Amino acid sequence: MQRFALIALPYFWLLALFLVPFLIVLKISLSDVALAIPPYTPTLDLSGGWGAFKEFLSGLDFENFEFLTTDDLYWKAYLSSVQIATIATILTLIAAYPIAYGMANAPDHWRPTLMMLVILPFWTSFLIRVYSWVGILSNEGYLNQFLLGIGIISEPLTILNTNTAVYIGIVYTYLPFMILPIYSALERLDGSLLEAAEDLGCSRASAFWLVTIPLSKNGIIAGCFLVFIPTIGEFVIPSLLGGSQTLMIGKVLWEEFFNNRDWPVASAVAVILLLILIIPIVLFQRNEQKQREAEG
Amino acid sequence: MSQTVFAPWNDPQAKPLIQFKNVTKRFGDFVAIDNQSFDIYAREFFALLGPSGCGKTTMMRMLAGFETPTEGTILLAGQDIAPIPPNKRAVNMMFQSYALFPHLSVWENIAFGLKRDKVAKDKIAERVEQMLKLTRLEKFAKRKPHQISGGQRQRVALARSLAKAPKLLLLDEPLGALDAKLRQETQFELMDIQETTGTTFVIVTHDQEEAMTVASRVAVMDHGRIIQADTPANIYEMPNSVYVADFIGEVTIIEGRVTKSGNGYDVAFAEGAPPLHAESDKVFQNGQSCHLAIRPEKVTVSAEPPQDAANAVQGRILDIAYLGNLSTYHVELPSGQIIKAQTANTRRLSRRSFTWEDTVWLSWTATAGVLLEG
Repeated sequence: MQRFALIALPYFWLLALFLVPFLIVLKISLSDVALAIPPYTPTLDLSGGWGAFKEFLSGLDFENFEFLTTDDLYWKAYLSSVQIATIATILTLIAAYPIAYGMANAPDHWRPTLMMLVILPFWTSFLIRVYSWVGILSNEGYLNQFLLGIGIISEPLTILNTNTAVYIGIVYTYLPFMILPIYSALERLDGSLLEAAEDLGCSRASAFWLVTIPLSKNGIIAGCFLVFIPTIGEFVIPSLLGGSQTLMIGKVLWEEFFNNRDWPVASAVAVILLLILIIPIVLFQRNEQKQREAEG
Repeated sequence: MSQTVFAPWNDPQAKPLIQFKNVTKRFGDFVAIDNQSFDIYAREFFALLGPSGCGKTTMMRMLAGFETPTEGTILLAGQDIAPIPPNKRAVNMMFQSYALFPHLSVWENIAFGLKRDKVAKDKIAERVEQMLKLTRLEKFAKRKPHQISGGQRQRVALARSLAKAPKLLLLDEPLGALDAKLRQETQFELMDIQETTGTTFVIVTHDQEEAMTVASRVAVMDHGRIIQADTPANIYEMPNSVYVADFIGEVTIIEGRVTKSGNGYDVAFAEGAPPLHAESDKVFQNGQSCHLAIRPEKVTVSAEPPQDAANAVQGRILDIAYLGNLSTYHVELPSGQIIKAQTANTRRLSRRSFTWEDTVWLSWTATAGVLLEG
């Protein structure tokens, strides 16, 4: 009984905070758009009893999901989101690994400071930080001024409102999520393993590939998922830094909700997005579990 | 049938495998190794023994190539090894923590070094099988290091470091992580493996019993210097200093002044007490201060005054340490000097002849004690 109570609590949270909202969104996605408040029909009226509930069920259909297949905007947006998220994850990994490696190999008394510097950006609003990139990347921005000043370029680079700006924004925003798991894997790495590899005939570089990389694999995988999963649905970064050609599902979702006021289609987009995200989330969970088993 | 004794260090013709020549290693102001010169011969099992911080690990890391001497040279088979990086040396090391690669199976761990040398695949398989057999790990080849016991891990580490058939194998506290029983078994296993492979072993340990058991020669170190390097028997029976006598095994050290007498020396150690007699090859001046080191098992305990003993003193039993097979008596002489005496418990405990506060006679021969310079 006690055990049941213990398990019940987290399950209750999961139910209240994830499953119930999801069911509401799912319900809306099966409804039709209407000029009303809320802007869809049918609405569930529990006071009507069993008959009203049956009538409500008969009002639901998959029309909106069918609609998503008729307009290629949607699948292109999904595909482009996955593509942008994949490239951005790889770029973040390339930027984060050397930082995490440097942190793990820094003298002990430096580590808390370095760790704080990685977390420091979280102390200000995410929106403001992304917005400040507009000032850096725009044609008259600091970056162009600097590059023009030292004479590397003669004309300002167009970075803002392109996919490049979106990548910069994503790498910047999600860098700590990549650094921290890799750092924690590298920090636990026993230095004598590298000495043993050298002793057995490895050069420094091959010891890195054969020992350091495989032993930080779990950190790399965790970091990649922590970046990839939220990036697919990212809305703020593409809408502030991206251009008209930057197609991401988060932006489409926003437009359906707030510009078109088409809640049912927007909900359908969200449900499909969730289904797409379930794959990496399940893989992520499995990786975590495998790691726990290996350590236990 | 006579058997030739393995003692290349006594043969002036023998060429040492390793030569330390005036090697000094400093870390900042700290002198880890202080101008040391010594030789290690092929097929030796050489132990570096000392308390932590005495420089024994630094010595080993210099052989492995993880540290370079600040001054002096180290020769391996006549070649200066200072410019050779660790991955190019014919030296392998077994790490204290074993340093097994956790992401690789036992088989892959052992094959790791061979693969780096681009050995042919079938040759690798053959060699790994041979190593698995040597260390009795055939059944565990496919397991990962976290799936086997501590003793098995230790054997994997040994197999991995032997796989490349190094000229020299370094063992850093190889048995430190094992429990006492397993450690004893493993010591004999190590000796067997050293004999079958004919590899030169250098072992670092702080456990004097372990060093005495496995090694052909033991180097007792302190503060970056080798105090004495000799066979276990010589180290024990003929220590060259109070430090060595005290570090190895149990001992009673009596301070006194010498006077020449007959074949040896008389040692006056307390007012009013008759002097003790000890023979020695060393030359002492009359009146020179000295230390007399006596091993407890060489001291006989008796109730009656012994006949014809070179040394006999009377005292009171202060303490008895019962070790099961042995008992150590701490006997206090009237001068306050405490002497340890050890007897084998050949009879049951209930029939022990002496107990606390008993007055007993202690006796030992003239050759039992070792005279050391004070």
